[in-house]
Amino acid sequence: MMIYVVMGFLWMALLLYLVMGGADFGAGIIEMFTSDANKSRTRKTMYNAIGPIWEANHMWLIIAIVILFVGFPVIYTTMSTYLHIPLTIMLMGIIARGTALTFRSYDAVTDNMQLVYNKIFVYSSFITPLFLGIIAGSAVSGRIDTEAADFLSAYIYSWFNLFSIAIGFFTVALCGFLAAIYLIGETTEESETKRFIRKARFMNIAAVVAGGLVFIASVEENIPLVQWVFGNIIGVLAVSFASISLIVMWYLISKGKRYIIRVLAGFQMTMILLTTTYKHYPNIVILKNGGYLSLIENRGADKAIEGLGIALLVGSLFILPALGYLVYSFQRKDKGDVVGH
Amino acid sequence: MDNFMAARSQMALSLGFHIIFSCIGMVMPFFMAVSHFMYLKTNNINYQHVTKAWSKGVAIFFATGAVSGTVLSFELGLLWPTFMKHAGPIFGMPFSLEGTAFFIEAIALGFFLYGWGRFNKWFHWFTGVIVGVSGLASGILVVAANAWMNSPTGFKLVDGKYTDIDPIKAMFNPAWFSQALHMCVAAFAATGFAVAGVHALMILRKRNVGFHMRSFRIAAIFGVVAAILQPLSGDISAKMVAKRQPAKLAAMEAHFKTEPYSPLIIGGIPDVKNQKVDYAIEIPGMLSFMAHDDFKTPVKGLDQIPLADQPPVAVTHYAFQFMVGLGMAMMALGVIYLIALAKKKSWFTKQWFLTLFIAATPLGFIAVEAGWTVTEVGRQPWIIQGVMRTKDAVTPMPGIGYSFYLFTAVYFTLSIAVIFLLYRQIKMVPVLYDTTAESSAH
Repeated sequence: MMIYVVMGFLWMALLLYLVMGGADFGAGIIEMFTSDANKSRTRKTMYNAIGPIWEANHMWLIIAIVILFVGFPVIYTTMSTYLHIPLTIMLMGIIARGTALTFRSYDAVTDNMQLVYNKIFVYSSFITPLFLGIIAGSAVSGRIDTEAADFLSAYIYSWFNLFSIAIGFFTVALCGFLAAIYLIGETTEESETKRFIRKARFMNIAAVVAGGLVFIASVEENIPLVQWVFGNIIGVLAVSFASISLIVMWYLISKGKRYIIRVLAGFQMTMILLTTTYKHYPNIVILKNGGYLSLIENRGADKAIEGLGIALLVGSLFILPALGYLVYSFQRKDKGDVVGH
Repeated sequence: MDNFMAARSQMALSLGFHIIFSCIGMVMPFFMAVSHFMYLKTNNINYQHVTKAWSKGVAIFFATGAVSGTVLSFELGLLWPTFMKHAGPIFGMPFSLEGTAFFIEAIALGFFLYGWGRFNKWFHWFTGVIVGVSGLASGILVVAANAWMNSPTGFKLVDGKYTDIDPIKAMFNPAWFSQALHMCVAAFAATGFAVAGVHALMILRKRNVGFHMRSFRIAAIFGVVAAILQPLSGDISAKMVAKRQPAKLAAMEAHFKTEPYSPLIIGGIPDVKNQKVDYAIEIPGMLSFMAHDDFKTPVKGLDQIPLADQPPVAVTHYAFQFMVGLGMAMMALGVIYLIALAKKKSWFTKQWFLTLFIAATPLGFIAVEAGWTVTEVGRQPWIIQGVMRTKDAVTPMPGIGYSFYLFTAVYFTLSIAVIFLLYRQIKMVPVLYDTTAESSAH
């Protein structure tokens, strides 16, 4: 029974990382696609929005990884062996982004170093979700070859393929989209609101294009993605709901709604993650030889799962209310000295 | 570079880097909480300045510690997949709980850093305390996981299969308490002395003396008390090592020969080939007493341990000597501080007194690194003491050398960046934090 609690938490951690961490990465992606004239203004809005919560946004990745290595060690070690290179690149992105964001807000002197921090922040905000997407895509692409004899097939082709890379760009576009939708509600001037709406539209188109590329790549690489998504009622419903909510969301944006659209964007992410995980559940890694690694069959010892499940349940009693209060408290930005200096 | 050595070097580098940031990240919130408390109680704005200045430092250290910690949770699998495949479910309990503690810390830090003037002042203060408490809990849990590698329990190994897994028993393994205690006290001592040293330098240079004196005294008292208590926790740790890891103890002491009245060997150059130590001071019976509370009982020497199961003696011995020596120096300085506090207040502004503290700035962290060298190198050739060898755990992926060079470059750059940022924080104290310019009044 506890295995389902643990799997539920894993799924939730991935979803929350996609939504909250994604919006966080997206803020950097938006900055990348902002003209120099508007950059500093965008940066300020973005920083005020994510400053208090950015550390917490990235904790979901830690929770997911701990669940994997405690509860599903074979899955964790297979991925970390065969996806060593993209994981290392992603880690470099995480280091660069986390430190650059902190350095640029806490450097006591404001000078040309800010340009360095900004560059690092912007590029790493792009690279990290790109490789997160590549890793996620590789897990289900069926290119991980545990019997490979040579370096290229074992450690390069496992992730360096059209499908995985397309998923990487799709992830980047989703992050940018989430950030733009989130930031619409954080703006104080109309010109800025309009700018973020344009960004949201641009990112939405980018996500659709990248999503199309994912499907083309899946056909090219013989991955039954079409069947995973449209071959079952849940997948069809999820895609339909996501599409309807997207239309509703754009209607509401045109009506000047600022907050409810966040819920709809979050709902769309939930539907996307649902469609992509539902059909091959409980298998989360598909291997080249046709085998797979299943969350059920490859779970750790019963007592380990039990302990993990209890730790997660108890932990969430502390984390969720505290996190909720943190997000709620900083919704209103009109009082307090925001950055502290 | 040999793949195995590269993997070990990368792990050592990542841990060595992370330890500094996590120590500061878990201890400095307590300094902040004290000065914040003083501000709320006395309404003296200077304490608020100290608190705010420190909180910037904490934010920088926490962020760096958080990302390097995230990296470590992946590196366990990237570098030691065979280890994690078997050990993950057994010693995972403290990591599961640590995830929560770390999360709470990140949330509390958000409240604390951005909460000035937003919340009830005592709620705001309390969130700062939570940052410290959850950071400390994280530290204890992670060290408990490491202690399991030194004293593995909570499973049975039958025909190469790990069965009867009991994660709670594994978490409360015999070494968890002694190791966690030793590490926490070390973190307070190291951070206390490091922070005090930086402020002592500014006092000596007559910059914002009032501001820096307040900061100095809060940091120093934490460091001093910890440094004086540390030998006690060291003794508890040594007894545990003697019981569980005789090879590690023998290497720490460069203790080659098993004999009654085993001597405590201080300093010296271990000569592994001829099984002796040159130029050392020997105190007969002392090692027996420290390990077994009795001067006569022999302590197992390296002569009774197969060569294949022996850790590198020289590195372990030197690291241990360094750690103890530095610990003693800090304790002595601690006693001087207490004398100054009780009887000789005038010492606080004396040049020799401040110079000693400035000189002591890095000592605690060198001791922490040395101590981890003892723990980790002293456990070799095992990754799980007596159960799995480190070389059997390493990743099959070739070319880890390149990964090691990459991580070295990144961590080196980050270290420079953090020092640069701290330098700028301190340089800007008169402009940003101590605007009342009371320094001239002193």
